Amino acid sequence: MEIVVCVKRVPDTSEADVVITGKDIKKDDLAFEINEWDNYAVEEAVQIKEKLGGNITVISVGDEEAKEVIRRGLAMGGDTGIRIDHPALAGSDSMAIAKTLAAAIKDIDYDLVLTGAQAGDLGAGIVPVALAEMLGVPHATLAVGLDIEDGKAKVKRELEGGLMEVLEMDLPAVVGVQTGINEPRYVSIMGIRKASKKEIKLLDISDLGLLPKDVGEEGSLTVIEELSVPPVTKVAEILEGDPAEAASKLAEIMKEKGVL
Amino acid sequence: MAEIFVLAEHREGELREITFEMLGAAKYLGKDMGATVTAVLLGHDVDTYAEKLGSYADTVLVVDDPKLDYFNAEIYQKVLSKLISDKNPVVTLIGHTAFGMDLAPALAVELGLPLATDCIGLEVDGGKLFVTRQIYSGKVNAKVSLKGDQYMVTIRSAAFPVEEGTLSGEIVKEAVAIEDVPYRKFIGYEEAPAGEVDITQADYIIGIGRAIGDPENIPMVEELAEALGGVLACSRPVVDKNWLPKDRQVGSSGKIVKPKLYLALGISGAFQHVAGMKDSGLIVAINKDPKAPIFNVADYGIVNDLFKIVPVLKEKITELKG
Ligand SMILES: Cc1cc2nc3c(=O)[nH]c(=O)nc-3n(C[C@H](O)[C@H](O)[C@H](O)COP(=O)(O)OP(=O)(O)OC[C@H]3O[C@@H](n4cnc5c(N)ncnc54)[C@H](O)[C@@H]3O)c2cc1C
Ligand SMILES: Nc1ncnc2c1ncn2[C@@H]1O[C@H](COP(=O)(O)O)[C@@H](O)[C@H]1O
Repeated sequence: MEIVVCVKRVPDTSEADVVITGKDIKKDDLAFEINEWDNYAVEEAVQIKEKLGGNITVISVGDEEAKEVIRRGLAMGGDTGIRIDHPALAGSDSMAIAKTLAAAIKDIDYDLVLTGAQAGDLGAGIVPVALAEMLGVPHATLAVGLDIEDGKAKVKRELEGGLMEVLEMDLPAVVGVQTGINEPRYVSIMGIRKASKKEIKLLDISDLGLLPKDVGEEGSLTVIEELSVPPVTKVAEILEGDPAEAASKLAEIMKEKGVL
Repeated sequence: MAEIFVLAEHREGELREITFEMLGAAKYLGKDMGATVTAVLLGHDVDTYAEKLGSYADTVLVVDDPKLDYFNAEIYQKVLSKLISDKNPVVTLIGHTAFGMDLAPALAVELGLPLATDCIGLEVDGGKLFVTRQIYSGKVNAKVSLKGDQYMVTIRSAAFPVEEGTLSGEIVKEAVAIEDVPYRKFIGYEEAPAGEVDITQADYIIGIGRAIGDPENIPMVEELAEALGGVLACSRPVVDKNWLPKDRQVGSSGKIVKPKLYLALGISGAFQHVAGMKDSGLIVAINKDPKAPIFNVADYGIVNDLFKIVPVLKEKITELKG
């Protein structure tokens, strides 16, 4: 099995005070990590390789720092890394990223491409399905189960309300992975350090036959024009005080509202 | 006259709510763009759906074929790309659902259309379409422009209200020759296994989020649930990590609950979670981030470390219940 996994480095904004500057947010104080969905995608690739043998390429479109998430993927069990970088890539929407990834992946003799179902930062959920169309292979996204047998992929897709759709696709194919499909293994700092011996190939867009105008804002059909703080229609009444005070107030309110 | 396409979504014998939400959004968009609204219905034996959609759209375009009985992204894509190429709708709306996510990006690539996903707002300015979408865990709204003069947009569930249908749209049947798609086969549906507790029946729910951090911390919140006479439920990451079973998950891909009290502990309030609990009676959130979106859903909030609040809260509740 020749497997390609796409990973993106994203800022963790779940607990952060997000500050808007122009058409993006201030990122200097934010911690970055591998996109949550991609972590599951890498683990899935490694589990398939452990069962069927093969080779895993971990690929990311991103600057120098994206090496960090590629290396993490290599530490989990990936074999080689590819990083695609060029100043013109800034401002690319997910379609332009898919175009870039497709240009790199088409030259690999792959059986399976795994991506996350979405990137947690911009939440587009476009790449897996767009990439498959560009590569001319079948796809399925939101996979919570994946079995490779006899040159076919049996996929369980998660629908709403806990329902799942079971389907079968021919390989090669692209699968977008939903969280919870597996239990991603722990990677130690030591493991990541050891993985730094594995090669990370650097490609420029010209290596992929793309021009600067094919990517970035120019090569994207959607453009972020303006950012704003979401308007609030409702704000909770915050119960102030130290934990004991706040908890007392809350218990009183519960009693008053008849829920105790 | 220009046309807006709205792709009707249905599953297991029912038109899904998102369809009517999109038709509502399309009505206003149509006014701004000078366009009529066409509900596009793909399926088999779907006359009753077509009739119902007629109250919400100017036209209902129906392709009825046994091959469309179940959703298969590849087959749906073939039919839709034919319809869109023929009729050139100015906008095509598709749900940002498990169905739409598996379909829209490939369709947009095939047709060369700009695609904006998971949108919560639509706006026309100078004849151009702008959408609003949320980024960075719901903390920022982005206004996004789409290039060209024909667009594809996927719409977030529950972002637009459903309005009463007062139209009597014309039902138009369209025959499309559908090729087989041997490389992707629908096998069947599978329900998540039912567990021992049905959280949809509970009056008091403690929902725990990723912040619970470790399964070893669960007994502590279980005690609080017991003191309240309620049950434990959770956000998705708690299930993903196998700390609680799937049947405890609240949200769009879990259960929808409406307890008298929903106490969210260390849950950020992602819209997929909120979709499952927003209609609860009293909503209380405990989160150490004052900007967490959950505080825009909750009635009361405490901005603090849940591990500091839970033990004292349990005591106070036991005291007051006395
Ligand atoms: C297709 C799809 C379907 C989905 N379906 C669902 C679904 O059904 N249900 C669901 O829940 N999610 C669902 N999700 C995931 C959803 O997008 C969010 O990722 C998820 O809800 C986040 O869970 P969380 O709030 O527990 O974690 P986080 O977003 O990581 O939030 C943790 C929160 O805890 C706070 N915190 C941290 N430490 C403490 C502490 N000590 N004390 C107090 N507060 C603390 C932080 O400030 C933060 O706000 C779905 C996603 C997709 C793409
Ligand atoms: N810059 C990138 N480099 C590599 N893979 C990416 C990149 N952006 C997105 N992806 C992949 O595409 C998936 C979906 O991203 P998106 O469509 O942007 O939400 C992610 O989970 C990644 O697997």
